[in-house]
Amino acid sequence: MPTRPEPAAGAATVLDVADLRVHFELRGSFLGRLLGRDAGSVQAVDGVTLSLRHGEVLGLVGESGSGKTTLGRALLGLVRPTAGSVCYRGTDLAGLRQAQLRPLRQRIQMVFQDPGAALNPAMDIETAVGHPLRIHGLVRDRDELRDRVHDALRRVGLVPVERFASKYPAELSGGQQQRAVLARAIILGPELLVADEPVSMLDMSVRAKILELMLDLRRDLDLSCVYITHDLATAKFFCDRVAIMYLGRIVEIGPTERIFADPAHPYTRALLAAVPEPDPTRTLTRQLPRGEVPDGVDPPGGCSFHPRCPHAFAPCGWEGRDVRALLEQRWTALDEADYAAEQALFADLAELDVRGSRLRIRPAASRSAESIRALLEQVRVGDPDEPLWRGVRQVSVADGACVVDFVEGVDPNLGPVDEGAVACHLYDPAYR
Amino acid sequence: MTDEAVLRVRDLRVWYGTERGPVRAVDGVDLALVPGETLGVVGESGCGKSTLGRGLLGLLPEGAKAGGEVRFRGTDLFELSGRALRELRGPELGMIFQDPLTRLNPLWRVSEHFEELLRTHCPDISAEQIRHRSLATLRRMGIPPTRYRNYPHEFSGGMRQRIMIALGLVLNPAVLVADEPTTSLDVLVEAQIIRLLADLRRNFDTALLLITHNLGIVAEACDRVAVMYAGHVVETGDAREVFAAPAHPYTRELLRSTISLSTTGLHYIPGAPPDLVDPPPACRFHPRCPDAMQVCATRDPVTVSPRPGHRVACWLHGPAEQVGAGGDAPLVREEIDVADEA
Amino acid sequence: MVWAPIRSSRGLPRWLLGAGCTITLLFVVLAVFAPLIAPYDFDTFSADGQRFAQQAPPSAEHWFGTTVQALDVFSRVVFGARTALEVVVLSVAVSLLVGVPLGLVSGYFGRWLDRLLVLITDTVFSFPPLLLAIVLSFLLSGLLGGGVAPAALAITVVYVPQYFRVVRNTTFSAKEASYVEAARAIGAGPLTVITRYLFSNVVQSVPVIATLNAADAILTLAGLGFLGYGIQPTEAAEWGYDIQRAIADAGAGIWWTGLFPGLAIVLLVTGLTLVGEGLNETLNPTLRRRRLLPVTLPTRDTDAGGSR
Ligand SMILES: Nc1ncnc2c1ncn2[C@@H]1O[C@H](COP(=O)(O)OP(=O)(O)OP(=O)(O)O)[C@@H](O)[C@H]1O
Ligand SMILES: Nc1ncnc2c1ncn2[C@@H]1O[C@H](COP(=O)(O)OP(=O)(O)O)[C@@H](O)[C@H]1O
Ligand code: SF4
Ligand code: SF4
Ligand SMILES: [Mg+2]
Ligand SMILES: [Mg+2]
Repeated sequence: MPTRPEPAAGAATVLDVADLRVHFELRGSFLGRLLGRDAGSVQAVDGVTLSLRHGEVLGLVGESGSGKTTLGRALLGLVRPTAGSVCYRGTDLAGLRQAQLRPLRQRIQMVFQDPGAALNPAMDIETAVGHPLRIHGLVRDRDELRDRVHDALRRVGLVPVERFASKYPAELSGGQQQRAVLARAIILGPELLVADEPVSMLDMSVRAKILELMLDLRRDLDLSCVYITHDLATAKFFCDRVAIMYLGRIVEIGPTERIFADPAHPYTRALLAAVPEPDPTRTLTRQLPRGEVPDGVDPPGGCSFHPRCPHAFAPCGWEGRDVRALLEQRWTALDEADYAAEQALFADLAELDVRGSRLRIRPAASRSAESIRALLEQVRVGDPDEPLWRGVRQVSVADGACVVDFVEGVDPNLGPVDEGAVACHLYDPAYR
Repeated sequence: MTDEAVLRVRDLRVWYGTERGPVRAVDGVDLALVPGETLGVVGESGCGKSTLGRGLLGLLPEGAKAGGEVRFRGTDLFELSGRALRELRGPELGMIFQDPLTRLNPLWRVSEHFEELLRTHCPDISAEQIRHRSLATLRRMGIPPTRYRNYPHEFSGGMRQRIMIALGLVLNPAVLVADEPTTSLDVLVEAQIIRLLADLRRNFDTALLLITHNLGIVAEACDRVAVMYAGHVVETGDAREVFAAPAHPYTRELLRSTISLSTTGLHYIPGAPPDLVDPPPACRFHPRCPDAMQVCATRDPVTVSPRPGHRVACWLHGPAEQVGAGGDAPLVREEIDVADEA
Repeated sequence: MVWAPIRSSRGLPRWLLGAGCTITLLFVVLAVFAPLIAPYDFDTFSADGQRFAQQAPPSAEHWFGTTVQALDVFSRVVFGARTALEVVVLSVAVSLLVGVPLGLVSGYFGRWLDRLLVLITDTVFSFPPLLLAIVLSFLLSGLLGGGVAPAALAITVVYVPQYFRVVRNTTFSAKEASYVEAARAIGAGPLTVITRYLFSNVVQSVPVIATLNAADAILTLAGLGFLGYGIQPTEAAEWGYDIQRAIADAGAGIWWTGLFPGLAIVLLVTGLTLVGEGLNETLNPTLRRRRLLPVTLPTRDTDAGGSR
């Protein structure tokens, strides 16, 4: 079985992405819009810089909502970037109009997650696969079109071609549909293929076949690839370099071997630890980060991974919301009477959901701010290793409220580590 | 071991009527579940895993017919009246589905879901008890009590799935069937839920049937595994032992074709699971089996038990005397096209 | 592709379709071969130099009797079918030609164009249809002269918003489908996306609305005729007009002048509605129920597990 061919050392750069941002405005309620209130925006891609060399496969890995698909779409000019640039061989796609982009589509192609949905249900396979040639006027007559379509179908293993050419997508299995999508993608002879979770909707026994096909295509057609996935195992197998994304940013990037052998970012380590392995010798004793990917509309301050990070410390961006999460976490372990007593101290828990480095907690009508301070102290003593306390400068009582002062949060930048880069204060010399 | 089984399935068949003929989704399955154990069910798509899971609870879609017996603490579920069966569902037999949002009523608060469920099954329960039991179960699932009165859409996907599990557990059922409970979730959340399910067997006495296509999950969270192919259970046994030394060629090939972090080469099983309207005769895996022998295409394999608690239906494991003279000669298989896949 | 669900339909939908098609076809035959089927022309009141009797009851000579103007009712009913079909075909064709492309463009491009078109069509939609048809028919007959065209166009304007809405809404959701993004990714321009990718997936619901609208159009046409704003009696036979003339007869016990045109309207409208409902049941996947067939499990000869 073929393994990865090495990309030629010093090969030309195909794609250069610099500080790319894609923000989606949220359309708020009618009333909100009328009053000019902003519903906010999702920062789907929030400052991504990367480059791709000719013949290389770059993996984009992350949980859902991390902006992988949006980044992939921006690479093809299918979404308009809010800021930044996407340069394909020196041409900045971000500055082009749709009509100017179209000829470039011959060079950059995409494969989609759901192969069934990526094919027009009313178009047979032969027409669908041949359509790019007709759109770009690359064939002289029907015979040439048919020959080239049949070549492409044969290339992706849809043989005997006669059996598949006249079928409609609904008559094919998922794997066969994905083969047809691949045939359509390679028929123009592209240089760059953006594959968005091409195997995640397929049954496990079909995944290997499609991955093998992609490896063959990559080698035979000299393709460069961006491989988007949330599945670390296929990324490890398929990619030369891997970029780990979290909430619209790249938190770690580097050669596949290094990332998997020696992950630097706490998020990468967590992802790797979470992959279930069909290995009978492994046991279930691993520490998982708590909680889930937060809402992209209002991401956590500082390092956006800090609420889940087991290594987080002072500069990671602690804020009021984290105190609330900590209390709620505590209450899942308390019995009901204790929980009721503790909860009754607070005027309104929603007041804890504030940004910034100072949190004011008002006590309920008949309670004192001091009792809240005492509760927090009790929580701290109960679990002094909780990362949150590393970011708390002091807890005091002022103006009838309990005030928590945090260390000012700092956004970690992507800084170099040996082989690659990582965005985490643990690797920032300023904090060591 | 056999006597302590809470659920015992004998020769279960569930067939669907279609225009092309009956679909033999589950076709003669024997299983037993003991209290507190987790049984993983794996197999490719369309092998009948979901149908089996529903059949175990006596849930049959319209148009389906079931045969054989499913004994829950000795009573055959198929002999019960519809009402008696409904009364068992919830307090004794529970189910967790793949997509939690479609199962939670968007107009009800989480608390209302629990009230409705508990009131239906325990008519005498007081409001205070409902609150207490629900909060206790939610806590164990890591849902803070402050969120008790929120609506489903106010939770993330992983939290909703945890609420679904809590709803499944609040009545403390003896048997719980979870059909791909983590398929729509992210890697980390999936791992959290799997951990929760793995903890279940320690804290509750629930017998869990976990349907999944992820062999890694089975290895990490299940005590035993049942491998399904084309409506049959082809191998059952201790999950670790089966994965360490698979006896059935299908189990072995399935394990080899799984792409994991230690994968160094790609491997796959040629072809696709058969159309269950007209499955291949004798061993249903023989058109795809690399070890197929003459006997495999002519006679149904016999289930044998190479080790205690380990059962496999494959001629490779005998009984030798039934294979017959020349029966073990290799079978010449028909060529399978690359694109013949599910 | 398109015919497959119809061919494979069974049960009630198939019956609805069959009955509807039969009735509708009957009227199509009447309309096409009217001069051959009808014994006289629609405005003939004499034959062989002899005037017909006025208000004669049905007889061998005049199957459906004659009117107060001595016109043969049977001939008028047959020629009425021709008028009705002409108007319906014309109006449905024109509203499709206008409504579907507008809906596609509006749904695909969105933004201000969409908002403008939605505003206009919603305004048109909010008028009572018959009132709108009367006003337009009045205006158009001034512009175009008499005949079938003004009535047909008046009805067209009434139905355009319906096609527009349906097509626009389906386009709106269909353009989010990944195959539309895929089409853009292979370099297809908006025109190609609309004609090759959206059109065939969006027009699925149009045949249903078209047949139901055709039924509705018959009624609107008859309403126009009844109120005297439709096709003038000298230009063509029209059922609505005939019924209006027959009102006076009813009191005098003359039933045949009103009954037969009325029956024709009811039958054709029923026929078209049946076709529409039948199509809806067959084409609409949410209404199409998977057919369940009984299964019998063969009993096991080996052990106790029997079939249930
Ligand atoms: N309601 C139904 N009517 C007819 N056939 C059905 C029905 N439900 C399932 N089947 C068929 O029964 C077989 C087994 O289906 P089942 O859903 O149990 O498989 P599965 O192993 O759970 O697959 P997946 O991993 O895709 O969920 C398939 O061939 C399927 O098409
Ligand atoms: N068209 C859109 N409008 C608004 N938000 C969007 C849109 N597309 C994606 N998003 C949001 O952007 C974030 C990243 O999405 P996506 O790129 O699809 O992530 P992934 O592929 O990693 O799942 C998510 O929060 C998602 O909800
Ligand atoms: S900066 Fe590093 S240590 Fe701090 S929260 Fe982020 S990942 Fe954790
Ligand atoms: S019985 Fe034969 S064909 Fe079936 S799995 Fe065993 S060896 Fe393969
Ligand atoms: Mg995605
Ligand atoms: Mg299933």
